[in-house]
Amino acid sequence: MLAKIHKTELEAEVWDCLDRVNDPELDEPITDMGFIERIEVDQASGQVEVDFRLPTYWCSPNFAFLMGFDVRLAVNRLPWVKDTRVTLNDHCFADRVNEGVNGSRKFADVFAEYCNGGNLDRLRLTFQEKAFIRRQETVLLGLEARGFTGDDIVGMTLETLDRVAFQGQEEARQKPRYREILLARGLAAQPGDLAFVTWEGAPLTKHGLRDYLARLRGVRINMEFNGALCRGLQSTRYKEVEIGADGPTLVDFIHNRVPPRDPTQTEPRATP
Amino acid sequence: MFVTKDGKEVFIVDGHTHFWDGSPENQSNVHGKQFIECFYAYHTNLSPPEELWEKPRFEKYSEDDIYRDLFIDGPDDIAIIQSTYLKDFYKNGFSSIERSTTMAERHPERFIINGSFDPRDGEKALEDIHYMKETFDIQGVKMYTAEWNGDSKGWALNDPAAYKCFELCDKLGIRNIHVHKGPTIIPLSKDAFDVHDVDYAATDFQNLNWIIEHCGLPRLDDFCWIATQETNVYGGLAVALPFIHSRPRYFAEVMAELLWWVGEDKLLYGSDYAIWTPKWLVEKFWDFQIPEDISAERGGVQLTDEVKEKILGLNAAKLYDIDVATKKKQLSAAPVQIAAE
Repeated sequence: MLAKIHKTELEAEVWDCLDRVNDPELDEPITDMGFIERIEVDQASGQVEVDFRLPTYWCSPNFAFLMGFDVRLAVNRLPWVKDTRVTLNDHCFADRVNEGVNGSRKFADVFAEYCNGGNLDRLRLTFQEKAFIRRQETVLLGLEARGFTGDDIVGMTLETLDRVAFQGQEEARQKPRYREILLARGLAAQPGDLAFVTWEGAPLTKHGLRDYLARLRGVRINMEFNGALCRGLQSTRYKEVEIGADGPTLVDFIHNRVPPRDPTQTEPRATP
Repeated sequence: MFVTKDGKEVFIVDGHTHFWDGSPENQSNVHGKQFIECFYAYHTNLSPPEELWEKPRFEKYSEDDIYRDLFIDGPDDIAIIQSTYLKDFYKNGFSSIERSTTMAERHPERFIINGSFDPRDGEKALEDIHYMKETFDIQGVKMYTAEWNGDSKGWALNDPAAYKCFELCDKLGIRNIHVHKGPTIIPLSKDAFDVHDVDYAATDFQNLNWIIEHCGLPRLDDFCWIATQETNVYGGLAVALPFIHSRPRYFAEVMAELLWWVGEDKLLYGSDYAIWTPKWLVEKFWDFQIPEDISAERGGVQLTDEVKEKILGLNAAKLYDIDVATKKKQLSAAPVQIAAE
């Protein structure tokens, strides 16, 4: 009994650490997106297995690879974990992604013929920039909605931003995430530093603020398109429609539409 | 014909539809199964609940189904049917020009059938273009740059082999090049939704019209930039349009960007049938207004009735040399026929 409780706690720890792994393209936690399918902990050996599925069979394998890699890295950091095996299921390049994520070969080697000699580091940086932009736009629009003027915003210090309390759910959620990426990137460090600069580190100007916001909006429109589709496709993948007396309804895949890969291994998510 | 609440008749050209066979009998492998399942997920995800279909019908719908959904229940006057072969996934092609043409024979006045080719087939691609022009007198083609072909997992519009094909299209008067721009897989070291090849191809082939389906989403900013520079680049609203139901504010933001950058003369309605049916899309679109605050950020652009008429039919009519008055007369002489139950 005690062992069972402990195992559940360890699984909850794994779920917690996965809350901090983001889909690089969407800048949303993979746990929020519903990508994690199964977590299995073997206490005795310190081995963890994590299975994940993406919204479609066709999702880009480089994003899948980045996610799988980040999952393995995050779980392996837990002090009691000896090793983690990450498995991507139902994907057109599942075997190769799994080979790369769990082995020592680099992505560029596993996918050599499709990489044109490039690597993933630059791509990761592109995604970081987009994440920065999206988080920053949410905070900026939140400030405008709170009545802060262009002058207030372009001159705002980190200290002042820290004192702003947002009512809106999304602004409140994105503020600490914006702050985190700002500091991680070295764009601000001290309480007196400017809270809002461009990704390149340039200060914002009052007369340029509207154009700057329009640029941020453009990036967000693209990300939101992906995000909305990914969430929607994730929620409807493996589901079908039945037309009954009351009209059409979505039937959950649990209703024997898609049998679990191996029923003996499938455990429900342990909620912390 | 779409008739508004105050009795106005609006001419509708549906710029992006299919007559596909994604049924298990036509699937070659797991990829074919997963391809139609992905389409089905788009359908179930973005359709209003009352518009949902059961999967077997979605996989393969009948000649009666398409006619009823587009022209009887739906408001379309003309539908442009796109061909997409996906030869590595489907035995007889996913939506072939031969099958679509046979379907359209019952009502030829209502369909425009476009062809397709794969530049990676080399000489055979050129033969395919000749065959489609001579046999079906095509005016346009659909390009699917993410199609798999043996070891290749995709191609770009500015590949030298593609240029040979476009040169032939230009020579034969195949002027409308519809390009699917969605997730492509390679190169894997890049962000996977690149639209820059459109810029090269549109510059180098000024006589051809480049209709970018899905407006390059999720690369709307890049697409807008290219479409602003190139007078022969158009945006197809398929896939963007269904957001009008699930995320109307988001749809308004997309339309505001498109109207501001690309303009009302270069946007084309498309239902993407059978992923979505046209009736609810056109009804909601006609009733739609861009909210004030979103419009204000983009110079006050708005979806007026005049703008909607262009998007819903007049712009596509220009590209396909349809004389709207003549066509209306022809269609009213051959009204939609409701099959006996």
